[in-house]
Amino acid sequence: MEVPILKQGAYLIASIQAALSDTDLLHFRDVLMKRVGQYRARGVIVDVAALDVMDSFGTRVLGDIARMISLRGAKTVIVGIQPEVAMAMVQMGLTLGAVTTTLDLEEGLAYLDENTKSPAER
Amino acid sequence: MSGSANSNSNSSGPSGSPEQGVPLITEADIVEARQKGRALALGIGFSPGDATLIATAISELARNIVTYAKRGEIRLIPIELNGKQGLTVVAKDEGVGIPDIRQALQDGYSTAGRLGLGLPGVKRLMDEMEIVSEIGVGTTVTAKKWKT
Repeated sequence: MEVPILKQGAYLIASIQAALSDTDLLHFRDVLMKRVGQYRARGVIVDVAALDVMDSFGTRVLGDIARMISLRGAKTVIVGIQPEVAMAMVQMGLTLGAVTTTLDLEEGLAYLDENTKSPAER
Repeated sequence: MSGSANSNSNSSGPSGSPEQGVPLITEADIVEARQKGRALALGIGFSPGDATLIATAISELARNIVTYAKRGEIRLIPIELNGKQGLTVVAKDEGVGIPDIRQALQDGYSTAGRLGLGLPGVKRLMDEMEIVSEIGVGTTVTAKKWKT
C-alpha cells in the first residue's frame, strides 16, 4: 500500500489512507525522507486519521520519521490521531515524545505557517 | 522451564459470535488479526474505544509472534461469565519460549531493541492476562477483556 505524498508549496502532506503493515510503514518512511530532500520541503504533515491502531511499532516509526525529518531541517506535524487511538496509546504508555501533533490538517498547516520560514524569506 | 503470570478466571461459553482463528506467518497477518478482532469486539457490543484497545493488544501480541516465533496463531473467542460478555484473545506460538516472564512484563525490557512496551502494554489494555511459556516448546498468551 503506497501512501500518497502531496507537495503543497514548501510543505509535503502525506495521508495514510488505511491500516499499514510494518513493511508499508517502513517503506513510507523511506519514501518520505527522499521526498523531503527532493522537494526541499520545510514542513511535513503526516495525517494518521485513517490509522486503525497505533501500537508500539507504529508509534516508534512515526517518532523516528519526525526526528529524521528534523535532522534534515524540516518540521513535522502528526495530525488526526483519533480519540480511541489516543486512549489506547495513553493506556499502553506510548508517547510521541517531543513530536508536534495537532487535531487536524488545518491546525497542522497553521502550525507550519507559524514555525517555518515562507519561501519568500529563503 | 515453564512459568505463568497473573490469574485466570473461569469463563466459558460463546455468546452468539463464533470463535475465529487467524494464522500468523507474515506481518500482513498482524493487520488481519487486529481487524478481525476489532470487528468481533464491535459485534459483541464493545464500544469503539474498547474495540480499539483490543485491536491494539492483538497487534502487539501478533507482532511478538511474527518477530520472535515466526509462526503462530491468534484465536478470538467470545466469552460469557455470570451474564457478563467479553472477548478472549489467545496468542499461541511454537517459538523458543520466554525464559523470564517477569522480566518480559517489565516496561522497557526488549530483546529486539524495541521500546519493550509490548507485553506490559497488552496487560494494561486488557482486563486479565496470563502467560504460559515453555522453553523450546512455545508461548501462549491469554488476554481477556470484559464489556463494561
